[in-house]
Amino acid sequence: MRRAASASSADNSGASSRRRKMMADSESIEEVAVIGNTDITPTEAENNIVNTMVERGTSLLKKMEISVAEAEKRTGKNTVNMQETYTVYLIETRPAESVSEGGTPATPDTLWRRYSEFELLRTYLLVTYPYIIVPPLPEKRAEFVWHKLSADNLDPDFVERRRVGLENFLLRVASHPVLSNDKIFFLFLTEEKGWREAVLETGFQDKVDSRLKSLNATFRVKNPDKRFTDLKQYSDELNTVISQLLRARAKVADRLYGVYKVHGNYGRVFSEWSAIEKEMGDGLQSAGHHMDTYAASIDDILEEEEHYADQLKEYLFYTDAVRAVCRKHELIQYELELAAQDLAYKKQQKEELVTGTVRVFSLKGMTSKLFGQESQEQRESRLTALEQNIQEGEAALKQKNAECREFVQTAWEDIERFKEQKNKDLHEALISYAIMQISMCKKGIQVWSNAKECFNKM
Amino acid sequence: MSVGVPKGLASSGQKPITEITHPLSAAEEPLSISLSAGGEKEAWLANGTPGEMSSPASTSSLFNRLQLDDDLEDGRDPFAITDTRDLFVTVDDPKKHVSTMETYITYRVSTKTTRIEFDLPQYSIRRRYQDFDWLRIKLEDSQPTHLVPPLPEKFVMKGVVDRFSEDFVETRMKALDKFLKRVADHPVLSFNPHLNAFLTAKDLNKRQGLALLTKVGESVKHVAGGYKLRARPAEFSAMGEYLETFSQKLGNIDRIAQRILKEQSEYLTELREYGTVYSSWAECEEELQRPLEGTAGCVATCCRALEDQSESMNQDFLPVLREYVLYIESMKNVLRKRDQTQAEYEGRLEAAVLRRQEERTPIPAEVEKCQDKVECFNADLKADWERWQSNKRHDFKQLLTGMADKNVSYYEKCQAAWESLITLLQDRQTEDKSNETN
Repeated sequence: MRRAASASSADNSGASSRRRKMMADSESIEEVAVIGNTDITPTEAENNIVNTMVERGTSLLKKMEISVAEAEKRTGKNTVNMQETYTVYLIETRPAESVSEGGTPATPDTLWRRYSEFELLRTYLLVTYPYIIVPPLPEKRAEFVWHKLSADNLDPDFVERRRVGLENFLLRVASHPVLSNDKIFFLFLTEEKGWREAVLETGFQDKVDSRLKSLNATFRVKNPDKRFTDLKQYSDELNTVISQLLRARAKVADRLYGVYKVHGNYGRVFSEWSAIEKEMGDGLQSAGHHMDTYAASIDDILEEEEHYADQLKEYLFYTDAVRAVCRKHELIQYELELAAQDLAYKKQQKEELVTGTVRVFSLKGMTSKLFGQESQEQRESRLTALEQNIQEGEAALKQKNAECREFVQTAWEDIERFKEQKNKDLHEALISYAIMQISMCKKGIQVWSNAKECFNKM
Repeated sequence: MSVGVPKGLASSGQKPITEITHPLSAAEEPLSISLSAGGEKEAWLANGTPGEMSSPASTSSLFNRLQLDDDLEDGRDPFAITDTRDLFVTVDDPKKHVSTMETYITYRVSTKTTRIEFDLPQYSIRRRYQDFDWLRIKLEDSQPTHLVPPLPEKFVMKGVVDRFSEDFVETRMKALDKFLKRVADHPVLSFNPHLNAFLTAKDLNKRQGLALLTKVGESVKHVAGGYKLRARPAEFSAMGEYLETFSQKLGNIDRIAQRILKEQSEYLTELREYGTVYSSWAECEEELQRPLEGTAGCVATCCRALEDQSESMNQDFLPVLREYVLYIESMKNVLRKRDQTQAEYEGRLEAAVLRRQEERTPIPAEVEKCQDKVECFNADLKADWERWQSNKRHDFKQLLTGMADKNVSYYEKCQAAWESLITLLQDRQTEDKSNETN
């Protein structure tokens, strides 16, 4: 079951990699599955990276293959009629069966989407499924960059990494047990025109505003759910620690880049020096070439390492999604407590009315003292109204209670799913990071052994 | 006597060299003959008077002239002689001496030899830097036509470094050891009586040395009259040019190496920080705790490997570059002295030629002597140059392969660490899977 799912997923990412000319042929499933094989080639490792980021084999992904195959730069007029340059991404979908049958795969359905449309989709999902930890989008602007890395949004490397990130986002949503069944999401993948209108028709925009308002409001919950406060605290910690890690990694990358590039100077000096030597000349000259190779190798190494950074970033952004769910829970809890409070107040009022005692100083107490006792009829009618109110309040409380319970239940289910996914993903990310480091070490050993051979000939 | 003594010499010290018929060794024998014939040898050994010191140079040049022809037909690697060394010196065991007057370091100088110039087969005495300095001056004075290996710098750069720090003493000790070994391996310098005294005497009488220094200084000044050479042989000009370029390249390499060390130390700082973050992340995880701790440990291992690598660069790589920078200076110095000798000869010859035209007298013996001197110098210098070149080739080969080795071993250590991390992570995974199936 898992095997089959990973097979389709492997083919899937293969389809996307093909355009990047990085994959010679689709890799065998075995090699991808056995991650521990330290002799994995960079291509395989890359394949791994793409795959590990997504939980495989759930509803929509079983029926449909999804990939973001290409990115393209476009220029056009925006809403205020200003010239702007933006990037569009080609989404490819095709029925999953066509591949497994072995014959020529059906031509995929394709459509172009902008990053802002992805953003709209995510906002829609966020509002519509407040109890779901909605997968994050790749960063809007390159963050935690080390100085050689371009922070330009139109930089090809950045666009490429974003393409991978967007594909990952779609695969995450498509593999989510709840989100994958969303109509709007399906339309996003299949209907280029009219999608935006369909989203707006859902009226989610109103909810966005109220959601923003409620998220910004300050309130204090009396009986917070410990599970959620713990989760919130954890996601705060995770956010901090991943930010630290990304910052540290960027610095490490910076320095490592320096170490390698300075070695490149040996290349030049050895070559110049070789000109005045007789016996040593040839060895020096060729050793110099190896130093050049060494210095140049760091570019690819660090470029590859950016994938790892992207994996970490995804979880950095995930923490916001987790916090949003926690916040939503807090809000529901707060509403529940308000309803309970309201009901309690009404009950108290009724009791006062029945017993005729005024426990608390109130305006009504004052008026009754000033203007004399109200008539029996008035009392009766007020009592009935109160009882009516109480009944309503009880119903409201019951409803809020049910709502809260349901939220906790569905949210927790998704949280559990998320936790499992997170542990698995990060675990695999660490493995692929280790593989990258090993491949860097191997390159280093190779270059220095070659250089040593040259030095030995001197 | 003139037959017996050289034989004795040959059987003890010289023989192995003659056996392999090295160009330099072929030259040694005339030395002993001429020495014993002149009766100077006894005088040397008796009191080591520096008064005779001018003669070894000229005597050695005598045979060096012979050697020149050999050299042309025999391009043998001079390193072959390293197998037949009969004088072994080591500098080690630094000790700090604190007195009311001064604080200084002495080093143990141990000698093992089979040469008959030494009374005992083994010596062990203590010397301080000043003594090495004395020896070097003596060698340069008594053998002006030879390249004397350099000593480490006397003054520490900008006074930033602590003269008594372990690192400094260690580095200097190594450099002194190198210096003495180079002298001991030299076919001419190693027979210098001052070396003998340095290696064996309990106390060095350094006064005479100083007196001589001033004398030589004057004579050098006397000749260095800014005379322009008529015809410097092309090979010596080439040497000068070579040294210029080489010292420039060496300077570049030194700068690059220093820069790499700096970048590496900064990298190390960041890497340590990076590793710590993994540790603190591990603290707020449950299932991921072990993988993250493993990663932190792995990064820490890489840090240690890098420390080792930088350390060895500092200890083994940079000192060799420094030594050669100083070596180049020594070499340039010898070249300059050669030019002066030639200048003196050309000057006298010119004067003599002028006089001859006027007075029709033959060229005086004095001028011929000068010519001899130049030729001796040239021969000595060329021999030393070849020797130095071949030493240099050997040293840099060793140095650079050593650097490559260190880098390979650094990467191997890191690779091993990451591979063991993968094993750890996978164990965890299979564990999880078996849990699932259970």
